[in-house]
Amino acid sequence: MLGYVVRRLLGAIPTLFLVVTASFFLMRVAPGGPFDRERALEAKVLENLNRVFHLDKPLWEQYLRYLGNLARGDLGPSFIYRDFSVQELLASGLPISMQLGGLALLVALVFGCVLGCIAALRQNSWVDYGVVAVATFGITVPNFVVAPLLSLVFGVWLAMLPAGGWGGGSPANLVLPVITLALPQIAIVARLIRGSMIEALRSDHVRTARAYGLPARMIVIVHALRAACLPVVSYLGPAAAALLTGSVVVETIFGLPGIGRYFVQGALNRDYTLVMGTVIIIAVFVVVFNLIVDLLYALLDPRVRYD
Amino acid sequence: MTDLATNVSQPPAAGAAGRSLWATALMRLRRNKAAMASLVILLVYIFAGIFGPMLAPHDYARVYPDFVKVPASLEPYPRMDAVLPAAESTARRARLEARNIELDGNTLRLEATSRREIDPRVTRYFDRSDLFSNTHIVERSADGRSVLLESQVERYRFIFGTDANGRDLFARILISIRISLMIGALATGVALVIGVAYGATAGFLGGRIDNMMMRVVDILYALPFTFFAILLVVFFGRNVVLMFIAVGAVEWLDMARIVRGQTISLRRREFVQAAEALGVSAGGILRRHIIPNTLGPVIIYMTLLIPKVILLESFLSFLGLGVQEPLTSLGVLISEGARNMRAAPYMLLYPSLALTLLLFALNFLGDGLRDALDPKDR
Amino acid sequence: MKKTETIFDIRDIRVTFDTPDGEVEAVRGVNMHVNAGETVAVVGESGSGKSQIMMAAMGLLAANGRAEGSATYRGQELIGLPRDRLNRIRGARITMIFQEPMTSLDPLYTIGRQISEPLMVHGGLSASAARARALQLLELVHIPEPERRLKSYPHELSGGQRQRVMIAMALANNPDLLIADEPTTALDVTIQAEILGLLAELQRKLGMAILFITHDLAIVEAFADRVYVMQHGRVVEEGTTREIFTRPTKDYTRMLLAAEPEGRKPPVPESAPILLDANRVSVTFQAKGGLFSPGFELKAVREVTLSLRAGQTVGIVGESGSGKSTFGRALLQLLPCEGRVVYQGTPIHGLGRAAMRPYRRNLQMVFQDPYGSLSPRMTVGEIITEGLLVHEPQLSARERAQAATEALKEVGLDPAMRNRFPHEFSGGQRQRIAIARAVVLKPTVIVLDEPTSALDRSVQKQIIALLRRIQDAYDLSFIFISHDLAVVRALADYTIVMKAGQVVEEGATDEVFERPKSAYTRNLMEAAFNLKQVLSRQAEARA
Repeated sequence: MLGYVVRRLLGAIPTLFLVVTASFFLMRVAPGGPFDRERALEAKVLENLNRVFHLDKPLWEQYLRYLGNLARGDLGPSFIYRDFSVQELLASGLPISMQLGGLALLVALVFGCVLGCIAALRQNSWVDYGVVAVATFGITVPNFVVAPLLSLVFGVWLAMLPAGGWGGGSPANLVLPVITLALPQIAIVARLIRGSMIEALRSDHVRTARAYGLPARMIVIVHALRAACLPVVSYLGPAAAALLTGSVVVETIFGLPGIGRYFVQGALNRDYTLVMGTVIIIAVFVVVFNLIVDLLYALLDPRVRYD
Repeated sequence: MTDLATNVSQPPAAGAAGRSLWATALMRLRRNKAAMASLVILLVYIFAGIFGPMLAPHDYARVYPDFVKVPASLEPYPRMDAVLPAAESTARRARLEARNIELDGNTLRLEATSRREIDPRVTRYFDRSDLFSNTHIVERSADGRSVLLESQVERYRFIFGTDANGRDLFARILISIRISLMIGALATGVALVIGVAYGATAGFLGGRIDNMMMRVVDILYALPFTFFAILLVVFFGRNVVLMFIAVGAVEWLDMARIVRGQTISLRRREFVQAAEALGVSAGGILRRHIIPNTLGPVIIYMTLLIPKVILLESFLSFLGLGVQEPLTSLGVLISEGARNMRAAPYMLLYPSLALTLLLFALNFLGDGLRDALDPKDR
Repeated sequence: MKKTETIFDIRDIRVTFDTPDGEVEAVRGVNMHVNAGETVAVVGESGSGKSQIMMAAMGLLAANGRAEGSATYRGQELIGLPRDRLNRIRGARITMIFQEPMTSLDPLYTIGRQISEPLMVHGGLSASAARARALQLLELVHIPEPERRLKSYPHELSGGQRQRVMIAMALANNPDLLIADEPTTALDVTIQAEILGLLAELQRKLGMAILFITHDLAIVEAFADRVYVMQHGRVVEEGTTREIFTRPTKDYTRMLLAAEPEGRKPPVPESAPILLDANRVSVTFQAKGGLFSPGFELKAVREVTLSLRAGQTVGIVGESGSGKSTFGRALLQLLPCEGRVVYQGTPIHGLGRAAMRPYRRNLQMVFQDPYGSLSPRMTVGEIITEGLLVHEPQLSARERAQAATEALKEVGLDPAMRNRFPHEFSGGQRQRIAIARAVVLKPTVIVLDEPTSALDRSVQKQIIALLRRIQDAYDLSFIFISHDLAVVRALADYTIVMKAGQVVEEGATDEVFERPKSAYTRNLMEAAFNLKQVLSRQAEARA
């Protein structure tokens, strides 16, 4: 298994390389530069800045320089947050985004699985219709609607929870952002589990288990749920990668210092290094979680082999 | 189970014309109440998007400086008790001293005096306000220092209130719906064309070409989507149409995967082999056997892609990257609403409701279509 | 042993399914009983409701199914029994084995665990005791290397072994009654004989009653004491096996008994010209390797030689995995192959799609699966005339419709049906449509790949008659591929027996069937035609 993991990680290097290259050049061919302000800088100042950040060099040289630095683990300085390097920004923001995303993921898994199972076991009952309606609601209502509404209702009108802010990561400040992040995931997980569970409950081998008088609880948990989890596992790979790398909407509305915002701000301000840094982080997460998914899958399903 | 399946799949045959799978699916869809309700809602939205802005009482770009952030109400503005103070203050602005103000229905009579001779053009002060129109001087004293003015009180309904600039929210929501639907259709169309062509080619050719084509898709998947969207905005500026052609060009990845998977599984089916044994050309197989059979999943995915694209547009607009003023979109309205939610919560509620309802209808319709076209889930 | 004690008694049972097209009555009032230790068979064609009776009695109906009436086990009513009380009976006193050994076992758990579960639930055994018992059971059903197999997953076993595992599971708690629902239908004939032999042996050892559901009368004759014959949800006849087979009283039963394909095809004269000549044809499948894993090769067909004369029918028989279908496709250049294939003096092997097109009209194919081989979104008329679009593009739409009408008449279908869609037809009708599609082109050779295997015997017989008729009418030559020896004997005048991609034996059909030379062919013939003898010989060998 270790060999497999190593092989997979090595196999991801070309993909990452392509992602880095593609985003590097895409960023650079976009019009505008990091020092464009509403009021243009003096030519002299601009020239100096460009020289300091090597922006006056030919593009391929900048690219090679970036790759060289990257190989040494140096993501370079940020252009808009002048006093910080990209590493520092990511190091301070990533734990916050991961904390929020991780909690949301956990909430989504627990609630999604429970709701999905209940709906599947009571298929075509009111409980089932209720869960399906709630799930459709969760998938439909966008997070930039949910976030301000939650903030309005619980933060402003009821004044039960802080309407925003990180507050040093105190639990009260986490509640609303985590709910916002988890809601659509709960809905998707519940729907996936419901669908695959219904299919599993109808499968021949569950019929066998019933024909052999196994208790209902054992049939559901041992024989149906494990098979029903498989599609959720494959969904959760990319979903977890996206959740853990921060959400620009949630971080903006609740005023949280995660890395989700860096990405949008960086791209809008042509902060090349910051954008590259976040792109690399996201791509690494995607690769790692795809690997985790495949390992989990092989663990759950003996028909799948590592090779 | 097998016994039953063969029993049920053969309804008593009557008449010479057969019922195609499409006709059967349509029948199933008709029985699905949620999907039919969604279809009605969607039609209302389409109607509202096309004709709404023409029929709406207010232009979406018209600014009413006297009615900034007025709350949603079925009562017309101005309120009765607000007319007299407003008339007084307007008179003051015109350097008139209001003596006697009467309101008779929608007609305002105002006797005013001034220390100097009154210029007949004072009426403009009144007409300039959103409240009054058609102001004219009924009587003028000989010395010209006192006049009797008559003016029509303009009354407006803002059933969803007005925004921070004094524009009618209802009209703005209507124009947003037009933009959202247009963008949804446009981007989905682009995604459909690219995705189907790419996926079908990869799946049909197979082998090394397929491997390479899918590798490209994998790499595009690894690039964060927001990154793309933002870059596109940067490239195309704020040109909504171009941008959404571009968004469609990004959203085709899933479509390509679905179509490829379908094509590969169809190629293994015996009816395709049977066509090959008949000597049917590759084009004929694609046209008669592969494409009609991938259509079901493609339609399902398409109905689910439209809300996705609408959501994306709203999201970009929310970030301030979408359409430009004075045009607007639901995302812009929601983001404005979120900024003003403490003072004017209706500015958040109505656009949110409009967007949610639209997405709901599209999702339910998509689910209904899936159940109808692919009934094994039931 | 008290043979007369009734342990399982079904009284006026009805099963109804709620479907989108209204209620469907699958079982319409059936009475049957099983005595201790006896073997009862329920026979019927597909759609007769025979499986649904057992599902109803065991509380296994699909969610849209409803059972009325009574089913008692030793006086205990099963219909409507609360689940926890029903669970004390099913899996312990009454057990079941199913048709699909592939899907009836949970793919995610080991064999050992799945056999242990009912032991622990019903017998209250500890995990280690259950495991020890599971090992015994695997030995009982003659699974080689039982110790290792306990840790295997279902996908690592062959179909026959999986069915043995199911049987081991069924016997775990020494049941009173074993319900076997078409347990050998998905298996090759030789494996079928082994499984039936095993069941008979275990019944002698353990003394349980067996209720055997099948469509295959040969099995009934070899295996059962008493028979119920079912049609359209009703029992039409019942009696001892001897009675039913010697003095059937109902027409339906007589029809079933006579459904075995009859007749022989006389050989063609030596002088008949050779139409299709295949010389040392091999097909190799390349399994693609990943980035780090090497690919491998699978030789599905190894140097098979065949020549087909005008008017001849060459039968190719073999069990699953013998490469017979692959060979048929390779002959028509639907798969890349090595070796020579010559059609009327012209080599056609390796021809490209376009170069092959003119020959396609003469070389047609009919596939096994009547559900899968018709394009679901085309009308029957379009399906039948698709070949004309390719080979006679000058025809007008009217002329094509005319051709479709004639072809439908030819295969015995109402021409008015040509605007219908395939899903509106039964399996036999669909196979007629597939034959019409081939015939409309007026070919000289048709490769028939298991065209009757998915059909009930009675429908099979009609299709065989149809094939005979069109062969005479159009002077056709057939290559008939099938695992069903009875059908091949009735249709082919020359037979090739294949195993693992190679020809084991070939010759005139009579020779191969009456005097098989190779041991493999002999086994095959016995398992197919002399099941009873095979079983009794097995019993003697074990005794």
